[in-house]
Amino acid sequence: MSILELSGVEKNFGAVRVLNGVDLNVSAGEVVGLVGDNGAGKSTLMKSITGVYSIDRGKVAFDGKDITGSEPGARRDLGIEMIYQDLALAPQQDVANNIFLGREPTKRLFGIFPSFVDKSRIDAEARLMLDRLGVHVPGIDIPVGMLSGGQQQTIAIARALTFRPKLVIMDEPTAALAVREVESVLKLIGQMKEDGIATILISHRLNDVFEACGRIVVLRRGDVIADLNRSETDMSEVVSYIVGANG
Amino acid sequence: MLKFLERTHIRIESLAVLAGLIVIMAVFSPTTGSGTRVFLTANNFFNIILATATFGILAIGATFVIAAAGIDLSLGSVLGLASVTGAALVVTLEMPWYFAIVGALAAGTAAGAVNGFIVTRGRVPAFIVTLGMLGIARGLALIISSGRGIYGLPDEVLFLGQARPWGVPTPVFILAAVALVSHYVLAHTPFGHHTLALGDNESAARATGVNVRRQRMLLYMISGLMAGIAGLIFTARVNTGDPTAGLNYELLAITAAIIGGTNLFGGRGSILGTMIGALIMGVLQNGLNLMAVQAYYQQMAIGAVLIAAVWLDQVRSRGRQAH
Ligand SMILES: Nc1ncnc2c1ncn2[C@@H]1O[C@H](COP(=O)(O)OP(=O)(O)OP(=O)(O)O)[C@@H](O)[C@H]1O
Ligand SMILES: [Mg+2]
Repeated sequence: MSILELSGVEKNFGAVRVLNGVDLNVSAGEVVGLVGDNGAGKSTLMKSITGVYSIDRGKVAFDGKDITGSEPGARRDLGIEMIYQDLALAPQQDVANNIFLGREPTKRLFGIFPSFVDKSRIDAEARLMLDRLGVHVPGIDIPVGMLSGGQQQTIAIARALTFRPKLVIMDEPTAALAVREVESVLKLIGQMKEDGIATILISHRLNDVFEACGRIVVLRRGDVIADLNRSETDMSEVVSYIVGANG
Repeated sequence: MLKFLERTHIRIESLAVLAGLIVIMAVFSPTTGSGTRVFLTANNFFNIILATATFGILAIGATFVIAAAGIDLSLGSVLGLASVTGAALVVTLEMPWYFAIVGALAAGTAAGAVNGFIVTRGRVPAFIVTLGMLGIARGLALIISSGRGIYGLPDEVLFLGQARPWGVPTPVFILAAVALVSHYVLAHTPFGHHTLALGDNESAARATGVNVRRQRMLLYMISGLMAGIAGLIFTARVNTGDPTAGLNYELLAITAAIIGGTNLFGGRGSILGTMIGALIMGVLQNGLNLMAVQAYYQQMAIGAVLIAAVWLDQVRSRGRQAH
């Protein structure tokens, strides 16, 4: 049973065609590695799933619903989360507010005034989430822009996991991480799989992809040119697809 | 106290500048017959607050827009448009008194909506759109009023500018109410959080589900509404719908917001800080008036303060990036 179904997804930037009619299905609890050269269209494809880009042709369905035309907020509500390659953090806002950005819990101030952001709840839950992920930051009330690149990456990961997602897309989530942090992200993906959460992992580190993913999809110049089972392939075959030696 | 300042983005420096200005003005302003400094009289205090009320409300509008990395250069002109629209409805067209309120607020909000629409749909830079609106709104105000003040409003309207319930001028109550509501909205609602996030990193706001276009549109409408409220107060204070009302006020309003700690490039801003900034501008203007400094020099002083405030902020943020 596929939770995500892409069919014939096309995307152009001006006259440049970046996605060439992509078909891709992902099942609940499945971990898919998406690999390909720089500029192959991986990030563009993923942003088409989260709604940051609207596609020119084709269909995106999630959980049985056609979401081709919906806004990013509506897709998040359905359970699609993404860790963006550029992280998509607001540098001057604090750690906790970044984790809850777009999802601020509210209450009535003194029981009267509506839409009061429950900052103490945001802080408490953000701290809880970071503790659960084993993330260490100097404080949840400091601006995200003052954290290191790796710390910022873990904040972006925390944001994606806080709201009970059904599909988590990770675009180079480990690029800025130290060895130990990479291990814990890979372990996290394993845990998510057990909880039935589907994951799409984009990475140039094939070791990580082979360790975490049961299935590996290769994108090349906007086309899916290979969809491989980990147990039936090896690194040299994947590399040959990436560089185009295999058609 | 420090924690409070930090949370509200009020800078200790701006409080210090305000205190320093007050001391300077108190020492250098002329004395009254009985020997007290004019600057320190209760009457002068109300003068400062009255003047501050008008552009203080504009500065609140500027804060919302600038915090989201936008700009509204049309604030002063829209104030003038709102002033004559309200007065024309009541005086020229003889509609009931409350049309002075409805007309001013509607004219301001409509001008803001036009700004917002063109910025979000046409993808024209905000400073161009609002610079154009600066000309359009002023021209429209002059056309509506045939270039003359529309004089003679009913008492109900004058109450909003000239009455002193409990000894305090009405505009002070209006400013306080507008500032409190605005502070609540900007600092404590999802709308406010989204405003700052949008100014900080637009694509992050969009990716996390903020409706960026709607948000921007609403911010320009708020800015226009503030110009409408300020225009209404202006009309009531001088009993005239004045097509030249608010000339150059955008300079005061934007300067007040920047001195108050709003980041010109977006992502940071607080209404309480802006109120401190507005008071600084009010005290500065008042003190220069008392010392009989010509208006031309005052314009120069205010312009210089704006440039200095942004310059200092740049130096400071470069320092921040360095470590
Ligand atoms: N907003 C945009 N406007 C115009 N062209 C774009 C835009 N975003 C991406 N592209 C182009 O689309 C192509 C695919 O880019 P994309 O970011 O999807 O690649 P990628 O596979 O994620 O690469 P990388 O591994 O370097 O992250 C590139 O040629 C890029 O220049
Ligand atoms: Mg990419």
